[in-house]
Amino acid sequence: MSINGKAYLVGVYEHPTREAKDKSLAQLHAEVAKGALEDAGLSHRDVDGFFCATDSPGLGPMSMIDYLGLRVQHLDSTDIGGASYLSHVNHAAQAIAAGKCNVALVTLAGKPRSSGWSGTQARTFGDEAPDAAFEYAYGMGTANVYAMSAKRHMHEYGTTSEQLAWIKVAASHHAQHNPNAMLRKVVTVEDVVNSPLVADPLHKLDCCVVSDGGGAVILARPEIARSLKRPPVKLIGAGETLKGMDGGDIDVTYSGAVWSGPRAFEEAGVKPSDIKYVSIYDSFTITVLLQLEDLGFCKKGEGGRFVADGNLISGTGRLPFNTDGGGLCNNHPRNRGGMTKIIEAVRQLRGEAHPAVQVPSCNLALAQGLGGFLAGRHGSATLIMERE
Amino acid sequence: MTTIAKDRELPAPAITPENKPYFDGTARGVFMLKYCDACERFHHYPRAICPHCFSDRTRWVEARGTGTIYTFSVLRLGTPTPFALAYVQLDEGPRVMTNLVDCDLDALAIGMRVRMVCKPATDGTMIVMFTPAAR
Repeated sequence: MSINGKAYLVGVYEHPTREAKDKSLAQLHAEVAKGALEDAGLSHRDVDGFFCATDSPGLGPMSMIDYLGLRVQHLDSTDIGGASYLSHVNHAAQAIAAGKCNVALVTLAGKPRSSGWSGTQARTFGDEAPDAAFEYAYGMGTANVYAMSAKRHMHEYGTTSEQLAWIKVAASHHAQHNPNAMLRKVVTVEDVVNSPLVADPLHKLDCCVVSDGGGAVILARPEIARSLKRPPVKLIGAGETLKGMDGGDIDVTYSGAVWSGPRAFEEAGVKPSDIKYVSIYDSFTITVLLQLEDLGFCKKGEGGRFVADGNLISGTGRLPFNTDGGGLCNNHPRNRGGMTKIIEAVRQLRGEAHPAVQVPSCNLALAQGLGGFLAGRHGSATLIMERE
Repeated sequence: MTTIAKDRELPAPAITPENKPYFDGTARGVFMLKYCDACERFHHYPRAICPHCFSDRTRWVEARGTGTIYTFSVLRLGTPTPFALAYVQLDEGPRVMTNLVDCDLDALAIGMRVRMVCKPATDGTMIVMFTPAAR
């Protein structure tokens, strides 16, 4: 069964906060849920499906469904890191198509900025994880494991730091128009490559921001979507996967998007050249480059040339990306950029992006998420959406 | 530029019945690698059931402890001391996560030959790392 056309993205909301010391985590989830419901023109009593990941406090979805006062007949707490929320949209569409729910709410929120989190700290997901004994002692954080992909890509394909820097430059051109963005200053390639090395070859300006905040999205079946006043945005294709280390066969020069992308394109019945706008997960500049190649926007190894010279800047480039400023400049709530990728794609399809970055007649958009570790195991999820 | 790698505090790994022979090996300075008699391939990290073919006919073999740098990154900010996270491709085939130590971190390169050395974690468990091989 295909999900093409079976569910609409009827409500979205991005929390404007970037530092939320005065709010509880549960409260942030409630505020983004409320914002998305108001955007959709629905009430919380309309919600009968709830989707969240481990950023939700409590055991799976249990505390939050109760806290929000929801009455659900479908629930899901899949977690593949920052890509979880794109997976949730896929799963919500499947549930709606199967008649398991009618209105699905997906929330994300977190406060890493308030709590002093940093992407250089070693990360582990518990001693029982079979990989932990073979990774944690080596100090695998976030920056250095993504950097290993950049290093190898440079070695195999001649990709340069200057080419990676263009990704940040493009994001900064967009962020200047976003009053909520953490970093609104337009930067140059020189600014990026002259910023301090964090994890060789990634510089400070190759890295995303650390921000508090959150976001929510609401999906509904077509009959309900048609009764609402917002411009109709339809999900037409989705794919998801997990790329691991393959028992030692790992190749760090590609991402899971090589599998999730083609599945989404096939279901949607479109090809990369049809897409007018892309939201691409941008934890680091290299994350964007690999995913663009893997989704087929350019050939493998040619990502450096593809992103250079402003090709991702709305209005001048061939493939406008992350017009909110993305994780690199705007917002990366709870260190998970998947939700904001969906939200900006919906804004573009509605024609509600900032006028300076709005893509003309944007009728087809792609949102791509990558959660976990680029040169390790990571989830990848791809969504293709159409303005009706 | 020269950045000499310094030893750093290593958290103790969780030892399980499944991975204990590997850490018994590191205590002797040996890299124990899993080999599958069904598909005749190595894998790492070690599993009871082969991730390539799902056979349970896996057994431990001593690896040579030599390999080549596949990729690496030197973390320079947000760390008490700079260190190199890496994947080393063992001569037996698997690419294994590790650190590159006892070396000039600025002189490392992809393709460089390396040999294993072991460093103690906080509880004394020996952790496999690699250092550039003498020419």
